[in-house]
Amino acid sequence: MSNSEKWIERYSRHIILPEVGGKGQEKLNDSKVLVIGAGGLGSPVALYLAAAGIGTLGIVDNDVVDLSNLQRQIIHAEKDLNRKKTDSAAEKLTALNPDIEVKPYQMMVDSSNIMDLIKDYDVIVDGTDNFPTRFLVNDACVFAGKPLVHGAILRFDGQAFTIMPKEGPCYRCIFEQPPPPGTVPNCSQAGILGAIAGIIGTIQATEVLKIILEQGKTLMGRLLVVDALDMSFREVKIRRNDACPICGENPSITELIDYEWVC
Amino acid sequence: MSEFPVDDSIDLRGVLCPINFVKTKLKLEEMDDGDHLEVFLDEGEPISNVPRSVKDEGHQVLKVIKETDGNYRLIIKKSG
Repeated sequence: MSNSEKWIERYSRHIILPEVGGKGQEKLNDSKVLVIGAGGLGSPVALYLAAAGIGTLGIVDNDVVDLSNLQRQIIHAEKDLNRKKTDSAAEKLTALNPDIEVKPYQMMVDSSNIMDLIKDYDVIVDGTDNFPTRFLVNDACVFAGKPLVHGAILRFDGQAFTIMPKEGPCYRCIFEQPPPPGTVPNCSQAGILGAIAGIIGTIQATEVLKIILEQGKTLMGRLLVVDALDMSFREVKIRRNDACPICGENPSITELIDYEWVC
Repeated sequence: MSEFPVDDSIDLRGVLCPINFVKTKLKLEEMDDGDHLEVFLDEGEPISNVPRSVKDEGHQVLKVIKETDGNYRLIIKKSG
């Protein structure tokens, strides 16, 4: 594929960049990224990663497409209603870039399957919509030493953060444990401006590309907080927490936890 | 013709911008530091864009020769 006329033309705007070049593009083509969640965040993440030529793109979701999803989950369309999100996403991604391999995983991730799921991937993307899965994904990536690009959105707000296990802080260095069930509203209760998913998702996709290209400075140790109402981007410096229950000096968490799932 | 011995050559006449630069760049990536690459380019946009982009990447354009047919021959030294 590399150096074919089609490859040169498709990726020409990448190859022109001094930070990418032909070698960088080949790195992208050789890489494997797992996107957990094919919803608001997963949609832009997966679309941009497919367009960038990420060689193997895994998409995990257990849901089917609902009409209320379409206000923000732009990888799905009305014709996909009631269809598995993984199938709907895989179809769009393959249509966008038939040269990549898309692997749909129609499943609920839990402590019994996540280590096996992430083991073949270079970078993991958190596009989940609930705390139990978000903590599970963080813990699994810390155990496996896999880079994780976190993103979360609610109302007009969003945040993004890159986790390089042992090198920088993890999600639990900031938030030790999930909030008690019922204390934090989810999207269906609190609402969400659809476009904020695009802002945070494309930031996550950009982080993934930089990690693979080994270029620039990632959001490791910097929690980016976006308020779309004010359109303000704030950065909160985060250090590794010695008392972190999973990546600190005396970790109390030594195996994966399935928290109570309430939504 | 022989004042700059070339290590490789690429004919990009008829290839539009920016693909002509992309192909030049990919060829240079495969070559060793200090190697000389000969590139054939059309007049107009290609000859005004490609040498500039090549220099922006840190390479040296050693010579730009106008050929009798109106096209150009470029000698680039790979650097860095």
